[in-house]
Amino acid sequence: MKRLSVLLLVSVASISGLAVMAYADPVDDTLTIDDREMIIRAKAPEGHPFDEVLSGWLFRESETRATEADSFANPGMLAVERGEELWNTVDGSMGKSCSSCHNDASATMKDVGAHFPKWDAKARKPVNIEMKINDCRTERMGAEPYKFDAEEQVALTTYIKHQSLGTPVQIDLSQGEMQSWWDKGKELYYTRTGQLDFSCASCHEKSMGKFIRADHLSQGQVNGFPTYRFNTAGMVSLHNRFRGCIRDTRAEMPKAFSDELMALEVYVTWRGTGLSVETPAVRQ
Amino acid sequence: MKRFLTCVAVPAFLCSQAAAVEIAPDAVKIDEMKVSQSLTGATGNAEEGAKVLANRGLGNCLACHVVTPLAKEQFHGNVAPALDGVADRWSEAELRAIVVDAKRVFSEETVMPAFYSLEVGINVRKDLAGKTILTAQQVEDVVAYLTTLKGSK
Ligand code: HEC
Ligand code: HEC
Ligand code: HEC
Repeated sequence: MKRLSVLLLVSVASISGLAVMAYADPVDDTLTIDDREMIIRAKAPEGHPFDEVLSGWLFRESETRATEADSFANPGMLAVERGEELWNTVDGSMGKSCSSCHNDASATMKDVGAHFPKWDAKARKPVNIEMKINDCRTERMGAEPYKFDAEEQVALTTYIKHQSLGTPVQIDLSQGEMQSWWDKGKELYYTRTGQLDFSCASCHEKSMGKFIRADHLSQGQVNGFPTYRFNTAGMVSLHNRFRGCIRDTRAEMPKAFSDELMALEVYVTWRGTGLSVETPAVRQ
Repeated sequence: MKRFLTCVAVPAFLCSQAAAVEIAPDAVKIDEMKVSQSLTGATGNAEEGAKVLANRGLGNCLACHVVTPLAKEQFHGNVAPALDGVADRWSEAELRAIVVDAKRVFSEETVMPAFYSLEVGINVRKDLAGKTILTAQQVEDVVAYLTTLKGSK
């Protein structure tokens, strides 16, 4: 029956020349990167609005999916290489590089990115990888913090997250006040913003699987970040994506790493519990 | 005729100015899913309405709705039902109410934006605060276009 209606849609579309997408559900496919099968569908954690959490990869077109599956073709791997270079570069007044303390990232940073954001007892709030990098730079290297979305910040974050490729996302909500940040993030997720009056849920929950103009709406998962985007031919950080989605509701955008966006990061990361880290994922 | 009536109700010198007869967003009455009076006091222009429907900076209705007669426009979304034949399902007054504030016709839950209301989301972009997505004229043009969508092809 579904097949029939799809066929009908296609024939109507070709007669009228309408640019209606032929198929609007996530694909039925598997994703293997570097010989490792990614978890792109996972049973949702308790209290989740969906039964199953789905990687954004399932919603992209076949060429985009193929590019992510092939590490040699994935342009995001250039950011991983650049991150590795930065990892080993001395910077700041103390004459240190990341590797001076953390040695080989493939060992010391393995699976670390899959468990962020994390509670930071000193800062008394959740921190993400970008903030952790700046913390080590200022506190332990005597270097300047990276500005939001500096090329180095995105590359190093991509490199660190890539050390968790394939590992399921799982954050610890029992630490510190993580639970209340989750609560705040959930509230924000369902708050309508801007002149267009959309919440995150308007697009990624209620309209998931549908097309808004040419865009196939996914669950808005974060497991692939930073991602490579064809549209802008570059890497996109998570807070950049959050800000972009909020801007599209015609609202003022919160600052990157603000309490609002950190609460959202905690909550949205939880919504993708069990999905493999895919960094650097490839998106349209 | 309608215009004449509106004119006798207000001092004549205001009648030449469209703004004088325009219904402000917070003064629009939605009764039983209807807004019976034109927001401008006049009938809209369907051709202009089609442009507003397609324009991404204006109605951008095609982001969510398929409209087969506008097939030459690229990328119609399917978040919402197709608008083909919509004038068979809703009267002009109902269509106006839907465009003005869909939340007051369908439910609070609808994802369709309110195009002529100031009751919108929080943190509205500063340069848009206090402004509606469409002007009264644009709403009327859209309504005029929607009333042409008869018979599903
Ligand atoms: C002088 C030593 C030193 C240098 C240099 C250093 N770090 Fe760290 N880093 C630490 C210590 C100690 C910790 C653990 C304590 C903490 O979490 O604050 C840590 C923690 C981290 C963590 C969190 C690990 C986890 O399991 O939660 C990340 C990510 C990190 N560093 C990245 C970097 C990066 C990237 C650089 C270079 C830009 C860097 N560090 C430079 C000492 C250093
Ligand atoms: C008006 C619609 C709309 C709203 C509202 C919206 N988004 Fe999105 N979002 C999109 C579109 C379109 C994309 C790109 C296609 C996709 O991945 O779904 C996207 C992508 C994303 C992605 C990247 C997914 C991936 O796999 O790469 C994340 C994360 C995301 N959104 C989070 C959010 C959050 C959090 C909010 C609320 C603060 C939000 N979005 C609000 C439309 C929206
Ligand atoms: C973000 C999505 C979205 C946009 C943009 C949007 N709509 Fe809608 N519209 C909906 C949804 C969803 C419904 C169905 C009611 C519901 O489920 O809430 C709807 C229903 C309608 C209906 C009733 C359809 C029927 O067959 O009963 C009309 C008429 C309509 N919209 C007109 C418009 C016009 C005109 C515009 C632009 C000026 C527009 N819409 C923009 C989402 C949207």
